[in-house]
Amino acid sequence: MTNVGIVIVSHSVQVAQGTADMVRQMVGDEVPLAACGGDPEGGLGTSVPDIMKAIDAAWSDSGVAIMVDLGGAETNSEMAIEMMDGDRAKKVVICNAPIVEGAVIAATEASGGATLDEVRGTAEELSAA
Amino acid sequence: MAVEPDVTRRLIKTVADTIIEHADELTDLDSAIGDGDHGNNMKRGMKAVLEELDSLSSKPFPDALKAAGMHLVMKVGGASGPLYGTLFMGLGKELVEPITQKRVAQALSAAIEAVKARGKSDVGQKTMLDVLAPVAAALSEDKSPADIAAVAREAREKTRGMLALKGRASFLGERSVGHIDPGARSSELIIESIADFVGEET
Repeated sequence: MTNVGIVIVSHSVQVAQGTADMVRQMVGDEVPLAACGGDPEGGLGTSVPDIMKAIDAAWSDSGVAIMVDLGGAETNSEMAIEMMDGDRAKKVVICNAPIVEGAVIAATEASGGATLDEVRGTAEELSAA
Repeated sequence: MAVEPDVTRRLIKTVADTIIEHADELTDLDSAIGDGDHGNNMKRGMKAVLEELDSLSSKPFPDALKAAGMHLVMKVGGASGPLYGTLFMGLGKELVEPITQKRVAQALSAAIEAVKARGKSDVGQKTMLDVLAPVAAALSEDKSPADIAAVAREAREKTRGMLALKGRASFLGERSVGHIDPGARSSELIIESIADFVGEET
């Protein structure tokens, strides 16, 4: 099984890309990773089709953990998951964690071969603290 | 009797045109207490709907609502995309032809539940639900289109005094009080345009 994949969804393409750069620096190519940001016209916002593409790009049979910034990113990510094929949708979770720290720690956990639940749990500990 | 394709076309067009015409106002309302993108986002979504008017009006009315909702989901780019998308997809899923006011009331009530689940929200939190819920109640009481539009306007105005508990406006806490909720305003505009349309047609 491949490692759990990580998807970063921000309202800003620069935040999404910058967060992905920080993740890459930590874990190299050991974790499938994709980032997206911006509304369908490139302004601040998020896009359901872009999120679906990012989930495909970071796909792993072990699952995919999505990191989001503000409300719309979460709502649009939930919508993207619901629009996927049911069996694959069950393997995608949204983590309730700060986007930058959450993505870095989730990817670090994933790079060690952790399960999707473990990856999510570690990321969400950041919010509990 | 099923809804005629021409009626579907004109109804969807009047709703989309109304939102597009008020896009700047919605953005101003959202700039006051949110992130200032509601007008542009809704305008982008409604333009996508207008581009599909031929295909939408060729479908049975409930399917046209579902498809319009899907365009909003794919194009809006903010939380209002999934929220309005869920509303219209929910309406399309629940509505059965021939359409009666009672059936619309039932379908709207079911669609409102879906919107609550999508937004993890409820009535009283200064959102679109604060307009949609009283409208669903008025529909089930068999009120006239003009009365329903009036209910929507009053309900929108009431959001001014509410404290925002959802979305970016909730970050402002008490400072959200005194401003109309932009989602309540867009919902009112949609309800009003539908009520005007139904009032003129019947």
